[in-house]
Amino acid sequence: MKNKLTGLVWTALLALVYAAVRFLEGRGVLLPYHVQILSLCCINIILVVSLNLINGFTGQFSIGHAGFFAIGAYLSAYLTVKLQVPFLAAVLCGALLAGVSGVAVGLPALRLRGDYLAIATLGFGEIIRVIILNTDAVGGARGFSGIPKYTTFGLAYLIAIITVVAIHNFVSSDFGRACLAVREDEIAAESLGVNSTYFKVLAFALGASFAGAAGALFSHYLQYMAPTASQIGFLKSIDILIMLVLGGLGSLTGSVIAAIVLTILPEFLRGFAEYRMVIYPLLLIAVMIYRPAGLMAGRELSLSSLLALGKGARTHGQHS
Amino acid sequence: MAWQVAALQQLLNGLALGSVYALIALGYTMVYGIIKLINFAHGEMYMLGAYFGFYAITMFKLSLFPAMLVSMVAAAVVGVLLERIAYRPLRNSPRISVLITAIGASLLFQSTAQLVFGAAFKPFPQAMPFRRIQLGPVFITNRQLLIFGVAVVLMVALHLLVTYTKFGKAMRAVARDKEAALLMGINVDRIISITFALGSALAATAGILVGMYYNRIDPYMGTMPGLKAFVAAVLGGIGIVPGAVVGGLLMGVAENLVVTLGSSTLRDAVAFAVLIVVLLVRPNGLLGKKGMEKV
Repeated sequence: MKNKLTGLVWTALLALVYAAVRFLEGRGVLLPYHVQILSLCCINIILVVSLNLINGFTGQFSIGHAGFFAIGAYLSAYLTVKLQVPFLAAVLCGALLAGVSGVAVGLPALRLRGDYLAIATLGFGEIIRVIILNTDAVGGARGFSGIPKYTTFGLAYLIAIITVVAIHNFVSSDFGRACLAVREDEIAAESLGVNSTYFKVLAFALGASFAGAAGALFSHYLQYMAPTASQIGFLKSIDILIMLVLGGLGSLTGSVIAAIVLTILPEFLRGFAEYRMVIYPLLLIAVMIYRPAGLMAGRELSLSSLLALGKGARTHGQHS
Repeated sequence: MAWQVAALQQLLNGLALGSVYALIALGYTMVYGIIKLINFAHGEMYMLGAYFGFYAITMFKLSLFPAMLVSMVAAAVVGVLLERIAYRPLRNSPRISVLITAIGASLLFQSTAQLVFGAAFKPFPQAMPFRRIQLGPVFITNRQLLIFGVAVVLMVALHLLVTYTKFGKAMRAVARDKEAALLMGINVDRIISITFALGSALAATAGILVGMYYNRIDPYMGTMPGLKAFVAAVLGGIGIVPGAVVGGLLMGVAENLVVTLGSSTLRDAVAFAVLIVVLLVRPNGLLGKKGMEKV
């Protein structure tokens, strides 16, 4: 009963936010530029939340998330531009191929842990980038231009919500519990009959396919893809990782908040753009030393905790 | 005949590049061996070394070898400070935290270098005149000879240090078992500091050598060679000093052969393909022994 109620309240709140954006846009308070930034927020939320499933909840360490993003971005753009496939179908195809490659990355990941896995995923990301760089059908080194602008705020918003809800439900399901067990202690989980192989691959596949969808949204948002490190390479992966770590590994609300703040903040700090990449790493190091669990420290911000601050609110995570 | 000559020439070029990878890989392998950390910021020591050398030559008018020495010392200081400030507080944290910190440190060095030294590349001063030495059908440049010479001297010195001195023994002890080493009265913190200093100094030398070889340095020059040197260390067997040398040379040769055979944009993919294959087929590296996994 209570679950149903919170679900209703959340739906109402989310619809309200959407209506507010639309209203303000219509009144000219929010300029098209602002709505663009909001779409980018949604795309980044999808990326960070999906990486959270792999890194935060399943305890793997991927720094190649931009590779999946790139697969979704380029495949969907190729489909809509060259084959005139409808946009939504292209997004689905992008997500699907990214998911399949997630399985391909997840499989070797079984034999690797921690830092080796990190390097292997990084290598995977770079290989994807080099392949794109050498594929003339998607523009090669010149970049892929002339992608139609199909991504609207409404669509990005909807897919972001679907992502968060899907991953939240996954994490609270039996499957999610198994992933958490793998994260906490793989050997103990194995001895209790959890097939850690299966759950690692599953997390990679799911996380990757959402990242692919984010890529599809992104290429039809920016209308141009360049095979550079900052757009689909190592730096992009690190950008996503920074948002994830600052928000807190294993906290969905943390991911959402960090994605929104770190997408909007640079727009205000345009004048200090060159200092951004000095401040971010400093923040990253400081967080690791002083608050290694991140902003939300594995907790969730839920409606009940918002309403009843301090009343021992019941939340999804372990609320202290 | 032409392609054999070309291949031989590329082999030679590959060995020169490989010696540079080997020098960087040594730092990775020593640090990994001792605190089980992939020091992502290691490539940045190489970049900083090149810049320190650049300023030592252009501003202080030093000749090549004194400049190299200055740069080694400066990079060693930076390496030790990095370990002190960023890694030591996290010694008992999960490895993922330390890894994230290392990535942060790497980005920090890059963007700071960009602010301080400028984002544009700088031409590296040519401290020695360029010469080509003809060896039958192939040729070798005096810069390549310099790379070989410096790399071999440093590797031999490091090998002697690790194998025959008291410090080397202590270092191997810490790598084997930190607690036991501590109980034997070894100052573990000091050993770790010196390891960072040594690794950073070797990387700095590599930076200068590459600066001379390619005649240009920039704040992002450390990323790719850093990653490739890490792959080289894994290829040879991480934590094993001779493994880093073997891995580095193999990587250099493989990369140059790919450039000869195909596209030069593929060269960056080679390293990572090698990495994934090695990790799948022989995760302990070419020279590694199969170890028991500790629970």
